[in-house]
Amino acid sequence: MIPIKKLLTTFGLILGLTLPGLAQTTVSGTVTDASNNKSLPGVNVIVKGMPTRGTSTDKNGHYSLAVPSQQDTLIFSFVGYLKRTIPVNGRNTINISLSPNVKQLNDVVVIGYGTQKKEDKTGSITSVNASDFNEGSITSPGELFQGKAAGVTVTSNSGAPGSGSTIRIRGGSSLAASNDPLYVVDGVPLDGGGISGMRNPLNTINPNDIESVSILKDASATAIYGSRASNGVIIITTKKGKEGQSLSVNYTGKLSYQTLPQKLNVFSAGEFKKIINNKFSGTSAPSYLGNANTNWQDQIYQNTFSTDHNLSFTGSYSGLPYRVSLGFNGNGGILQTSKMDRLTGSIDLNPSFFDNQLKVDVNLKGMQVKNRFANQGAIGSALAFDPTQPVKWDSTLYGGYYTWGKQTSSGFTRNINAPDNPMALLNQTHDKSTVYRSIGNVKFDYKLPFVPDLSAKLNLGYDYSKVGNGSYVVPANAAFEDNASGAPGVRRDYTQNKRNELLDFYLNYDKDLSSIESTINFTGGYSWERHYSDGSTYQTNYNRADTLVVDQNTSYKTEHYIVSFFGRLNYTFKNKYLLTATLRDDGTSRFSKSNRWGLFPSMALAWKMNEEPFLQNVDAISQLKLRLGYGITGQQRINQGDYPYLGTYTYSEPTAEYQFGSNFIKTLRPEGYNSNLKWEQTTTYNVGLDYGFFDDRINGSIEAYYRQTNDLLNVIPVSAGTNFTNRILSNVGTLEVKGLEFNITGRPISNKNSFLEISFNATRNLNKITKLTNVKSPDYIGVETGGISGGVGNTIQINSVGYPRNSFYVYQQVYDKNGNPIEGLYVDRNGDGIINSNDKYRYKSPNPDVSFGLSARAKYKNWDASFSARADIGNYVYNNVQSNAAYSFMWNTQGYLTNQVTELRGTNFNNAQYHSDHFVQNASFLRMDNVNLGYTFNGLFDQLKSLRVSATVQNVFVITKYKGLDPEVNGGIDGNIYPRPRTFVLGLSLNF
Amino acid sequence: MFKTNKILHIALVAIMVSFMTSCVKDLNTTPIAKNVKTSASVYQTPNDYKQVLAKLYAGYATTGQQGPAGEPDIQGIDEGFSSYIRQLFVSQEIPTDEAVVGWNDPGLPDFNYQSWGASNDFVLGMYSRIYYEISMANEFIRNAKGNNNSQVQEYMAEARFLRALSYWHALDLYGGGVPFVTEKDGVGAYNPKPISSDSLFNYITSELKDIAPKLPAPQQNEYGRADRAAAWALLARVYLNAEVYTGTPHYDDCMTYAKKVIDQGGYTLDPNYDDLFLADNNTAQGIIFAINFDGQHTQTYGGTNYIIHAAVGGNMDANNFGIDGGWAGNRVTPQFVDKFNDTSKKGATTSNPNNDPAIYVPGGYQAASGYGSDWTPSDAPPLVSQNSDSVYTGYVYFANAGDEFKFTKDQTWNTNYGDNNADGTLEQNGANIKIGHAGYFKITVNLNSNAMTYKVEPADSRDTFFTDGQSKEINNISEFTDGYAVGKWKNVTSTGQPGSKPTFADTDFPMFRLADVYLMYAEAAVRTNTDEATALKYVNKVRERAYGNNNGDITQSQLTKDFILDERARELYWEGLRRTDLIRYGYYTTGKYKWAWKGNVQEGSPTDAHYKVFPLPASEVNSNPNLTQNQGY
Repeated sequence: MIPIKKLLTTFGLILGLTLPGLAQTTVSGTVTDASNNKSLPGVNVIVKGMPTRGTSTDKNGHYSLAVPSQQDTLIFSFVGYLKRTIPVNGRNTINISLSPNVKQLNDVVVIGYGTQKKEDKTGSITSVNASDFNEGSITSPGELFQGKAAGVTVTSNSGAPGSGSTIRIRGGSSLAASNDPLYVVDGVPLDGGGISGMRNPLNTINPNDIESVSILKDASATAIYGSRASNGVIIITTKKGKEGQSLSVNYTGKLSYQTLPQKLNVFSAGEFKKIINNKFSGTSAPSYLGNANTNWQDQIYQNTFSTDHNLSFTGSYSGLPYRVSLGFNGNGGILQTSKMDRLTGSIDLNPSFFDNQLKVDVNLKGMQVKNRFANQGAIGSALAFDPTQPVKWDSTLYGGYYTWGKQTSSGFTRNINAPDNPMALLNQTHDKSTVYRSIGNVKFDYKLPFVPDLSAKLNLGYDYSKVGNGSYVVPANAAFEDNASGAPGVRRDYTQNKRNELLDFYLNYDKDLSSIESTINFTGGYSWERHYSDGSTYQTNYNRADTLVVDQNTSYKTEHYIVSFFGRLNYTFKNKYLLTATLRDDGTSRFSKSNRWGLFPSMALAWKMNEEPFLQNVDAISQLKLRLGYGITGQQRINQGDYPYLGTYTYSEPTAEYQFGSNFIKTLRPEGYNSNLKWEQTTTYNVGLDYGFFDDRINGSIEAYYRQTNDLLNVIPVSAGTNFTNRILSNVGTLEVKGLEFNITGRPISNKNSFLEISFNATRNLNKITKLTNVKSPDYIGVETGGISGGVGNTIQINSVGYPRNSFYVYQQVYDKNGNPIEGLYVDRNGDGIINSNDKYRYKSPNPDVSFGLSARAKYKNWDASFSARADIGNYVYNNVQSNAAYSFMWNTQGYLTNQVTELRGTNFNNAQYHSDHFVQNASFLRMDNVNLGYTFNGLFDQLKSLRVSATVQNVFVITKYKGLDPEVNGGIDGNIYPRPRTFVLGLSLNF
Repeated sequence: MFKTNKILHIALVAIMVSFMTSCVKDLNTTPIAKNVKTSASVYQTPNDYKQVLAKLYAGYATTGQQGPAGEPDIQGIDEGFSSYIRQLFVSQEIPTDEAVVGWNDPGLPDFNYQSWGASNDFVLGMYSRIYYEISMANEFIRNAKGNNNSQVQEYMAEARFLRALSYWHALDLYGGGVPFVTEKDGVGAYNPKPISSDSLFNYITSELKDIAPKLPAPQQNEYGRADRAAAWALLARVYLNAEVYTGTPHYDDCMTYAKKVIDQGGYTLDPNYDDLFLADNNTAQGIIFAINFDGQHTQTYGGTNYIIHAAVGGNMDANNFGIDGGWAGNRVTPQFVDKFNDTSKKGATTSNPNNDPAIYVPGGYQAASGYGSDWTPSDAPPLVSQNSDSVYTGYVYFANAGDEFKFTKDQTWNTNYGDNNADGTLEQNGANIKIGHAGYFKITVNLNSNAMTYKVEPADSRDTFFTDGQSKEINNISEFTDGYAVGKWKNVTSTGQPGSKPTFADTDFPMFRLADVYLMYAEAAVRTNTDEATALKYVNKVRERAYGNNNGDITQSQLTKDFILDERARELYWEGLRRTDLIRYGYYTTGKYKWAWKGNVQEGSPTDAHYKVFPLPASEVNSNPNLTQNQGY
């Protein structure tokens, strides 16, 4: 902050010195800080309408300025304080106080390898601070900023405890490769892949420890991360102690009650009997009906309590600022037997040495997660299982669980094709793991004494994780694993280890060149990372001692390195014109020598229009900045392992050996490879306008962008005979994304007693594939994708040139005059008289046309309240649950019955029609994510600074026309999702 | 203070320099796991070669390195579907009279009707599997070439055999115009040139002739590995079809190599036809070369595991097949069923020269089947007890499925036996017994007082139709019960024990066996009118094994070209040969022979001649501009 102040002082001095002669009268006075009455040096004072006539306060906060007329007006402005406009009214002495602009003081945004003042940012960066986070029982940091940032979608993967969220920034830029953003926690990039029990790397961080989240969206902001930046970067900064702070202790406790918001409608026992008796009279089907009345969904789901406790100590001990926190989260799942207990701890130390010349920042985070995963097969089974059968039968067979099969001379034989008893699936599967993870780093920030304004930074970090006691056990008597072989059940043990290490070294030069009205901030250095992982799986039948053959005995060990050189220049001229240029040269061990290095440049320009004379007098405008950005970024997470360019050979597992004579030989297979593989390159153009009116009481931004991914990775057919695979990942395509983002925040009320802030954002993001193959071939329909359940190998989506990613590829249903679909009748779209796959068409996609986020916070005296809501319009979902319903499935001649969803009455299909567009359904929705009410008691006891109680409802309601369980479906194919619970939370927060 | 700073500075610079120099080198990584080898490190010892060779063989059996599914070899198709043998079954059997499939998986129903297009998933699946095998063989040969170790050289000959086998599949299924790559071409991005069918035919035959002497003598290699007889059998098969591929017949060459197998191979027909398709068929006689499966060690959702599972449905008891449950997919057409209805046996009775004790089989079938009037014991055919032990056997022809009959103690109704519960036990005055399907049956009745039982089995033991609950006609192709089911392939051993795992079959897939070679020789002989007496001898050898006696023997005049085709159907059905045979006879697409649902018409209709070869997959034509799509597609 100092250089800016200095700059402004210089600015003021220059202006003041050059224009003394015109003065007619002199006004002087002192400017103080309204919050502490201390004098404020460096405050800008100008005469309204004469931007060149001005001065700034000295180190005692004193100023003296010649004004042309006693009727003039003075404008006092200072970074971080609200501007004041005072008419002179003939006075010679004007003492005023400036109030800190609380909002703006916090507005330092974290960027790659540094921080920046929000008003100086040139890229597209959304910063969400702790005060803006969503409230409630939040286990995944992604949920903290769900709906808060335009262009950022956060979709929880399911309702399973610890399942995490899928985060997409501007929809992602890849097809075959990962679309996940890069996560950087306190300067440590997290490993992208999940580890068993933590599908989302963000789940490592206790949300209570997070201070702020910076979302870097455009290339000019992300290009400093080069080859991993194409899908955006999320930088998380955790809370830290401050020097001189006295000990403060905070305890937060939450108790939540989770309920199932909605069940799917399936035929009841009575309806089911009626259908079987009518539709299948004359067959033996009715004889298979039972006498029970079981609602299988009621059986498998439960309402459950979760608790969350956090304790933190923040302070400074003998000049050593520290923060220590402990957290426990016990999360029960609404699907029985699912459970997650998480223990987290963190220590942050920020000592300084040598008169603050060396600052050290130590961050250590550790966690332990105990998981019990429910067998989610129970969700689909609960829909399909015959409601006339009981959960348990009068037999000890299969642990007493009712099971389809038949009595034969050799005993009871289970029917392998029939649905499995949902309760047996839940209770007889013991799928557990304990995950440990630790992320830590030490940052040294050293101001070099012999070169002023130059500092050197060294960041050493690690991210280690490990699965301990990973086991999957299904007992020998399990109803769903028995296969009459005499050696049933499953016992699987697995391990997983990941070790990522990081070294960053960079220099920062921050120079105030007042002589040319410029500031320069240069950062440059290099970074080294090693990503290592290993793991093993050992699987046999349950009764390990009897094993003839081990089903699986695998291990892997792999690593890759990333080495990078990077630099960034921020140049500010006249505090109005800003330029940022970055360059990163990334090397990865994942590509061959000739493709290993990639250069990723970016450039951004910003113009603070509000600092221009023609706007400086417009009081209403507090901020108006135009930003232009351009940059190239890469994507190296290509999901092809660490050696995709190398010809390797892989051994077979014990179950894929080949018999020579009487020996079984472990085979060695050559793997297909593409030695020309390299990263995708995404070019982004971004134009943005940041605005603020009425001292930023209304503020926001509008952004438009265009992004083109070249060398898009796509799995394409290999010319037969030339490789050891028939399809290979190649850099062949291009993808275009256009988008528009808008956000606005208004604070209509902001005074001592009451406060109201409303934020709204809207996003439009359109993508189109523009090239997919090396050879241009108009006949090429594209790559079919999006596997569905039902049949074998059925897909429902396609990636085709000229269409959005994952467009649905379906037949156009023909309806009768009553609007009911006619089974198996489709429109002959190409008019050739036959209905075959050439009549399929691309119909809609899972991408919404527009997304909205709306949130509000209010305070009145000791009360506070907030809500946040989201809406997606024009997103379509393939309802796989509905498409799997058909009367013919209800009776299988091999001797079992299957229940169906009641929507079957709408289609009346006898056989499943998987590819009918009838099942591609509009899933536009409005979801109230979160409603919260709190009350704060101040100074109840001497030791207790404050106490806040709150009540929150999460997943309050969803308004949608979509007929499935939940319209929000990652990927657009609605299978049997673990339902997202509705959660009621009581919270208590104590500050000592 | 300054001093400390200086030290610190120096330390920082030192750290920086040391890291910077070492870091770039870190990018040169090689796999660190011991179980991942690179092409540079893999071929060290003959045993390394053997493990890669095992993969070349496994390419026909497994679908990936994990087994039964996982780490697939081929992409873009369900892994179970991608099995070589499964694809071969789909391509060679489903489009013919020997099989229909009831499943609705994308692209699969087209095979019932011969109506596939170039984008069909299974067209791509088979093609990809063939060229996957060829690529791997080329890689192996490339590496083995420079190795003088005699073992490695022998392995290389086997690799060349497998490559020739797959090139034959490419030629037979996709025609000339398929891409041609050998060990001389490298790995990577290039577009191979197509080869003409003449050249490919010459390449395959010359390769096989060159490697035959390099392979171990017949039956001298380990079980499951190719020997000289396998090369000869493949030569015979390629020459048998030479006219289809090149326009020039090579029946004499076919006879030459068939004869080598027969005379020098040392093979005999297994006395029991059934044993060739059971879990322990590795011990059956007469198998020249088989693809090996094992329920424990070689697991797949393809191969024989698919053939067995897909055949079981309806009222069939999965336990009898040694599996955990049927997949209810494949059946046969009525036209194929009729191949086993030997109408020449109409009225045939078991002779009783010594006037041994006899019982009779009166029934409602008599008039239609050539045995006088219906339900007339005096006209009914006898069952004879040659040992006078109250166990009677005899052969009876039934003209129609569902025909009813009983047994009478003499040629009157005074003492008659029927079966009340259709449980195989006889009751006096019991209910009529029904025959499952039309044909010539062997009936055995045991009238010993404590257990009166009977057994009705087809005289031709190759008839394995399952008819209970099944209709012969196929009205609805997706109903498993439409069309007779087949019980030829099983995962039980010859002693009736289940295979090692009910989920995955142990049964091996015989790619070449002696009976096929006999029939190839006979066909070539009959077609060229040479050595027809030997041809008759070979055909009757096959039939005697099937009947267990000479009841089924035919005469020289009955030995026609068409008889041999039908005999091949009876002997070799569901072994992946039918399409090739029908094409050689000109019956595959033409109107000369129609079967249910050929051309997507229930009674069968001719299809266009271009369906004789499959199209090159659309994606292949798109990615390799050197290729031209087969005519008609």
